[in-house]
Amino acid sequence: MSNELLKVENLEVQFKSGSTVTKAVNGVSFTLNRKENIGIVGESGSGKSVTATSLLRLIPSPPGHISGGKILFEGKDLLTLSDKEMRDIRGNDISMIFQDPLTSLNPVFTVGDQIMESIKLHQKVSKKEAKQKAIQMLQLVGIPAPEKRLNMYPHEFSGGMRQRVMIAIALSCNPKLLIADEPTTALDVTVQAQILELMKKLQDEFNTSIIMITHDLGVVWEICHKVLVMYAGNVIEYGTVEEIHDHPMHPYTWGLLDSQITENIEDHEMLTTIPGSPPDLRQEIKGCPFAPRCSYTQDICFSKAPEMVEVKEKHFVACHFQTKENRLNRKERSTHVRAVVKS
Amino acid sequence: MSEPLLKVRDLRKYFPIDSPIPFKRSNQSVKAVDGVSFDVMPGETLGVVGESGCGKSTMARLVNQLIPPSSGTVEFRGENLVGMDAKKLRETRKSIQMVFQDPYASLDPRKTVGELIAEPLVIHRIGDKASQKKRVLELLEVVGLSHYHAKRYPYEFSGGQRQRINIARALVLNPDIIICDEPVSALDVSVQAQVINLLKELQRDYNLTYIFISHDLNVVRYMCDRIAVMYLGKIVEMGTYKEIYENPKHPYTKALLSAIPKESPHDNKERIILKDAVPNPINPPTGCHFHERCPYMMDICSTKIPQLMDTGNGHIASCHLLEEN
Repeated sequence: MSNELLKVENLEVQFKSGSTVTKAVNGVSFTLNRKENIGIVGESGSGKSVTATSLLRLIPSPPGHISGGKILFEGKDLLTLSDKEMRDIRGNDISMIFQDPLTSLNPVFTVGDQIMESIKLHQKVSKKEAKQKAIQMLQLVGIPAPEKRLNMYPHEFSGGMRQRVMIAIALSCNPKLLIADEPTTALDVTVQAQILELMKKLQDEFNTSIIMITHDLGVVWEICHKVLVMYAGNVIEYGTVEEIHDHPMHPYTWGLLDSQITENIEDHEMLTTIPGSPPDLRQEIKGCPFAPRCSYTQDICFSKAPEMVEVKEKHFVACHFQTKENRLNRKERSTHVRAVVKS
Repeated sequence: MSEPLLKVRDLRKYFPIDSPIPFKRSNQSVKAVDGVSFDVMPGETLGVVGESGCGKSTMARLVNQLIPPSSGTVEFRGENLVGMDAKKLRETRKSIQMVFQDPYASLDPRKTVGELIAEPLVIHRIGDKASQKKRVLELLEVVGLSHYHAKRYPYEFSGGQRQRINIARALVLNPDIIICDEPVSALDVSVQAQVINLLKELQRDYNLTYIFISHDLNVVRYMCDRIAVMYLGKIVEMGTYKEIYENPKHPYTKALLSAIPKESPHDNKERIILKDAVPNPINPPTGCHFHERCPYMMDICSTKIPQLMDTGNGHIASCHLLEEN
């Protein structure tokens, strides 16, 4: 058994509406090993969620469609499978947790029904056994009195409890891969800490790999081994968390790290921001997508799109000036464009 | 020392619960805000933190009388707003404005941005059309938008830009105090930083006072001068931001601070993981409301409600542990 669980090659996803084509994901590639966690970070509209949902082929089609690339899961290309084969994989080998636990649970079925649904679908078990398994799962995710809770409806649960139920559903068939789309964004910090702790614990138990989509870098440092930084549908930097944190290379990653509020920021110092806003993906982007907001640009940035280069071992960057030969000098925080609010 | 701009004393709001039997009165209620007192000094930023359901937003609405309190007083410049006659209250409210959390829900989709920003002026009959228009354009500039944006509709703007429009609306009447109810929670980090910078600049330029409600502890530390920590309708700890972050006294504050995500992959944070979630506010635990989740629980905690105690440096906290020492 190879150690490689998932390999995504040049994934492209487009949305068509009338005559306009939105290139939501534009050539994303990464590999994920067993028991490894990868974080996908970026602003809203950068293509994080589209990437994740297309791994399960859950992109609503039309208008969306996967226009290119390969998704190799244990060597099989998911894009070539029939719908039935795909259904066998969803919820069984790969499962997903969504951001909003209230809208992703069905309000007219009990929590027990919803956990048992995926167990009965994928495993040949009796109703009784499925119920046993459901109770066991609820216990595992730390819900007290699981026998009683099984017969309750989602509205009787708090946000954190609902997210636990979602995790119980997602893990009930021992998936090899768990895709978590902003699983803690809607939760309080204290509950977020509980859920992240739980995910780490369950990962050890089930040997699951996790793809964590988030815009909170704190969550990434907490649980991921690798990070993929996305911008306007492109991966612009990719490496281990330590590398990305200690030696970020892409100007966008710098901006992202700098706009975080950390303990080291002094009183009344202005926060560093990234000027401007992300590009409109309906239009053809010439050159580097980040160029209009970048403070290191030269002429080439507007005419030629940079390629992903392995600058160091396992550290990939897409920037004309961050290659094996060239290096950019990161400007001091204070000289960054700041207080752009007035521009 | 100058007089506080806002003085809140023993503010309470109990929401009655519908009885399961129709037409019968229920004597149960949710104690959303249960005896909250604090002062806000001119020009300062008071942060309010706590988990969802702890009464932060209800308190914000009580302060500017969007909902009437069950009891207690809110004094603004020495005048009690509670029970003030409607006409006078309307006049006073010009000085107390609000910015809400959801930039998508808080703007009327059928009005242009210009109309939205001018609305407070129209309501309070300030100036003629021409001067209102001038003021709108002025404010668009102040919040970092352009003049041509006045003719556009809210759907044409991103979340960060909408929050700027909301801030412009709050500023149009030259208020003294702005209550920000989770103003940046719905925004991306990079956009969040822009909006926070804007709020800070405005505070400096117009000498504004903020009540800043948030559950993001990093944002609160950055923005605020003093911080109040709320739990189940009560303030459990209050002090300067330095005191709260460097020297927290209440076990709940300690747990909240330890739950902030790591700042780097090398951090090895000691975590205090709280059990369960906030208890049901209809039936809060006896004694100290926090005792069921508290890692330092003692016998006395389940029977006696701890009082807020002064621990020096303008820092108050309510915990039986402090009384012992």
